[in-house]
Amino acid sequence: MLADYGSVALFLVVAVLFTVSTLAMPPMLRRMGIISKNRPNPIKNATYECGLQPTGKAWVQFNFRYYFYALVFISLDVVVVFIYPWAVQVRQLGVSALIAIVVLLFIVIVGVLYAWKKNVLEWK
Amino acid sequence: MMLESYALSSIGSALKPLPADWPGGFWWHWLVFTIIAILFVLLMVLFFTYFERRAMGRLQARLGPNRCGPFGVIQPIMDAIKALTKEDIVPYNADKVVHWLAPAVAFVPVLLVFVVVPFSNGAMLADLNVGILFVVAISSLSALGIVMAGWGSNNKYSLISAMRAVAAVVSYEIPVVLSIASVVLLAGSMSLNDIVLAQNIPFILMQPLAFLIFFIGASAEINRSPFDLLEADSEIVAGFHTEYSGMKFALFYLVEYAEALLLSVLITTLFLSGWRGPLLPPWLWFLIKVVAVFFVLVWVRTTLPRARIDQLMALAWKFLFPLSVINLVITAIEVLAWPGGVPWPMLFVNIGIMAVLIVSWSRLFKFGWGRVKVEA
Repeated sequence: MLADYGSVALFLVVAVLFTVSTLAMPPMLRRMGIISKNRPNPIKNATYECGLQPTGKAWVQFNFRYYFYALVFISLDVVVVFIYPWAVQVRQLGVSALIAIVVLLFIVIVGVLYAWKKNVLEWK
Repeated sequence: MMLESYALSSIGSALKPLPADWPGGFWWHWLVFTIIAILFVLLMVLFFTYFERRAMGRLQARLGPNRCGPFGVIQPIMDAIKALTKEDIVPYNADKVVHWLAPAVAFVPVLLVFVVVPFSNGAMLADLNVGILFVVAISSLSALGIVMAGWGSNNKYSLISAMRAVAAVVSYEIPVVLSIASVVLLAGSMSLNDIVLAQNIPFILMQPLAFLIFFIGASAEINRSPFDLLEADSEIVAGFHTEYSGMKFALFYLVEYAEALLLSVLITTLFLSGWRGPLLPPWLWFLIKVVAVFFVLVWVRTTLPRARIDQLMALAWKFLFPLSVINLVITAIEVLAWPGGVPWPMLFVNIGIMAVLIVSWSRLFKFGWGRVKVEA
């Protein structure tokens, strides 16, 4: 089993090398003179805003509408972490574990329903 | 060994698994399957870009690319050469490091997921016993790359697109994961190979509702049309890759199609009984099913108009999530009622439950249909 994770880790190394070498290929070819050089100029390298002069920066404070979504998501994701081990072992754990999971889901769904009633799940 | 397994595959379920270190030894196994996985992703992505453009062409009553080579088959290679030779434009006020890293961060997780995909019985790089959880965990990392691209470009359209990407991923993760959990309930294992082995009846028949939720949710998560809000050309130019050109843009294109490939592979493995099938060798069955699923994706893309962002969020939280929870509980009860395996006539019951649930739940609220609620 540990050997499997070892091969995954080795594959990760290969994947990173592959990606980085793909990204590094055009600059290398450019240095070797096989493909033509970059010719930057201020107009070309300006931020694209439909042809107009860009106004200000994009790094501004953002209306974080789905902050609430993120909170609901975190709570549900934690529930999912509990559901998966149960799902694998459900035949051995039997009915009592099912009842426990239903109670857990009920608690969380009450929370989601509360958020729903409070209009948190509306995208306005 | 290969020939033997082909001969056996004609008998069907009598197929013997490949040994865990198939060509012999850890390093040979790793080398062979690393090459297979990377070649599989690259070649299938090249094929998919061609296939999608041709199929979309036919579906929209036009020809599609047909100039390069016979029937335009070398079009993807020409596209790759074009991307390679294009000038690399980086906006002068962008965050250069984040801008450069973003395509790599998006691509590596998608590539990494393919280590647990079985191409044939036991033919995979690593048969992790947490297989499907690994897929879910790693594949959602590539949203990080999209956010980095949106933020690093210092472009308003890119930033809006990145925010939409996060909203979509966060919303659709829950129904997708819950629908996978009901598949895990039936199979009793998280290893993808064991899930395939458990499918004497394909799970698309035993879990039709989970299949629909997974299909809709996952195609929203990988931003396929009709949920491609982060690349909505009519609203936000080209979304997060507005400021990308050359090889970096090509890498984002690669990510998009590799994710579509991942979705096809997962649907094949989880719901369409993976490499199993009569007569043909297992890997060929696998490829046929993957391409068939991808064709459905293309078909959906050409058929449906793009959803609005509020519809997208409402669909996830008010429709897919409750249905996936109900489906999970029903599946658990079925599995506990028949611990030896759910009998096949239950598939009619499940299809009936699906129809009743979808019809009755969609009565609860009406979204879209051309009506916009006006607030006073």
